[in-house]
Amino acid sequence: MSDTHAQTVSYVRDTMLPQAEPPLRDKGAVKWMRENLFSSWLNAILTVLSLFVVYWIVSHLYPWFANSVWRAGSLTECREIRDATVGSDAPSACFAVIADRWQQLLFGFYPKEYYWRPVLALVVFLVSLWPVLFDNAPRKMLFFTLAAPFIMFALLWGGPIWGPLFVALGFVLGYFAYELVNKSAGPLAATLAAIILPLLYWFYLVGPLAGLFSSVAPIGFEYVDSKDFGGFTLSVVIGVAGIVLSLPLGILLALGRSSDLFLINKVSVGFIEIIRGVPLIVWLFTASLLLNYFLPPGTNFDLMLRVIIMVTLFSAAYIAEVVRGGLAALPKGQYEAADALGLDYWKAMRLIILPQALKISIPGIVNTFIGLFKDTTLVVFIGLLDPIGLTNAIRASTDWNGVYWELFVFIGLMFFIFCFSMGRYSLYLEKKLQREHR
Amino acid sequence: MSDIVTERDIDRSHMTVSDEVAIQIDQMNKWYGTFHVLRDINLTVYRGERIVICGPSGSGKSTLIRCINRLEEHQAGSIVVDGTELSSDLKNIDKIRSEVGMCFQHFNLFPHLTILENCTLAPIWVRKTPKKEAEEIAMHFLQKVKIPEQADKYPGQLSGGQQQRVAIARSLCMKPRIMLFDEPTSALDPEMIKEVLDTMIELAEEGMTMLCVTHEMGFAQAVANRVIFMDQGQIVEQNEPKEFFNNPQSDRTKLFLSQILGH
Repeated sequence: MSDTHAQTVSYVRDTMLPQAEPPLRDKGAVKWMRENLFSSWLNAILTVLSLFVVYWIVSHLYPWFANSVWRAGSLTECREIRDATVGSDAPSACFAVIADRWQQLLFGFYPKEYYWRPVLALVVFLVSLWPVLFDNAPRKMLFFTLAAPFIMFALLWGGPIWGPLFVALGFVLGYFAYELVNKSAGPLAATLAAIILPLLYWFYLVGPLAGLFSSVAPIGFEYVDSKDFGGFTLSVVIGVAGIVLSLPLGILLALGRSSDLFLINKVSVGFIEIIRGVPLIVWLFTASLLLNYFLPPGTNFDLMLRVIIMVTLFSAAYIAEVVRGGLAALPKGQYEAADALGLDYWKAMRLIILPQALKISIPGIVNTFIGLFKDTTLVVFIGLLDPIGLTNAIRASTDWNGVYWELFVFIGLMFFIFCFSMGRYSLYLEKKLQREHR
Repeated sequence: MSDIVTERDIDRSHMTVSDEVAIQIDQMNKWYGTFHVLRDINLTVYRGERIVICGPSGSGKSTLIRCINRLEEHQAGSIVVDGTELSSDLKNIDKIRSEVGMCFQHFNLFPHLTILENCTLAPIWVRKTPKKEAEEIAMHFLQKVKIPEQADKYPGQLSGGQQQRVAIARSLCMKPRIMLFDEPTSALDPEMIKEVLDTMIELAEEGMTMLCVTHEMGFAQAVANRVIFMDQGQIVEQNEPKEFFNNPQSDRTKLFLSQILGH
């Protein structure tokens, strides 16, 4: 620094400047608007145009909501109240139909005195989700999650509790069969035993056992038939069962499709392509009409169960393709490293491949789930009374003949709440995994 | 010539070759479709040997060592590892894979698991080691490759050299009797190559049986007891390092050495 010019160092500041405010146009709301709304002429025009569109929509919708009538016994009464208060020209929603029939929209024809049972089932479901969706739950909660499907079944359909209890015991039986045989005869025999023993038990023992116990000790809730299910209870039961069952099935199909074993590969491909290539509504009609021809005469195979199976298979095919995308995105080195460490196929899949592939597939999987949940409204075409089907039933009464929008707005809002929260959870999960794994 | 590893004296007290056979390859042939990648490979590896395999790209050297733990399947001839013959019997394959450690060019760490979990996964699930013990073993080997402080990080947070050292530690946690290295330094920045080679040299000093596909000739001269040169899917020449480098016999070897050592 010896050759620094003297004049550049001769200046010495004697007073320090205090920190100053930025100019008014460069701070706070003004700055934000300048940057985001009016940054250029085109942007300014678009802003004004969008504001106008928003205003136009709101100005048309607002009076309809603002003038809405919530207390009335029928549509005519609604109209009378409207005429008396805001005049006969003013738009006015008649939400009285929701106030009058919300129970029916939520529970269908489920007996009124048992409404608490679907509600409790929903609570059980939400609690059982906790350890699955969030990792701050105690590990022991998982046992509750495993028991939840049976508790929910006993709550929703009722009947003696022995049925679901003995079916659940089949899984416990399978577990112990696996553990015992694995010690003496290896994993392959153990897997077979864990499949065959429970199946035999379910086919031949559960019926008589449950019947015996029910006649001795008829404990349980009043039985509610499937055809009494309706409204959102029906949608949520079909949707949740479809979602919970289709994820594992879809993963297996994806593994099958990327398998080297010829037969497994071709069966998976065939299944996926056939199921995916035909509209869901066709499968639902198959479930409601055609299956009866194939089943032995006199079989009473619950329609709702048939629909659940079809919806599950349908979305499993989609999940399989989404997961296959995730599997294909993994570098080959991951498979090789797992192999080189001596992990067998299932361990490699479970510990290394699937956690990564599923993480990649989360947006697609949740997308499929949302689609499945909304597709449950298609069951209206085979005579099940989902919320859409119930709107017809409600309009069929003289009181509410002619009400459309109010019902659909309510149903749309309910579906939106479910689907939006699924979407939000997916975002949360993606962010969380991103943060953890880099 | 790269003298990257000649800075310190190498302790040769444990580098002894026994007459026990570790790997025996007889008349092994492999095809990719109709392309004959490996032709009549015969190779006997004794316990304690440190073998460097080199050759131009596409010469089949990676394929050869990947056949040893059956990442690639050979179609003719036999490979016997530690007395177990590699056949399509899954039990044999899993047994051999858990005895033979492998390090890859691109490390192939599991990005969704921490460094510690990467190291404990195979001992816990394959060897059925209790978790606590597996973690102790893992920390021991992470100490050895000099990155114990990274145990709770994820692979993505580490440099390439650190990742490769973790990969070595991960293999060592299975207590393998043979280690295979498939171009372990080829994907690394020059300043990181040394830390990985140092780790490999330490391993050699402890008497590990090693097969390394590498172009680090300094490493070959420092620790290898045998250098194998491959071309067009065949073993063209093999010799002890001094002879191999100073007095190559075949023209191909001479050409190859002049190409990689010439600059």
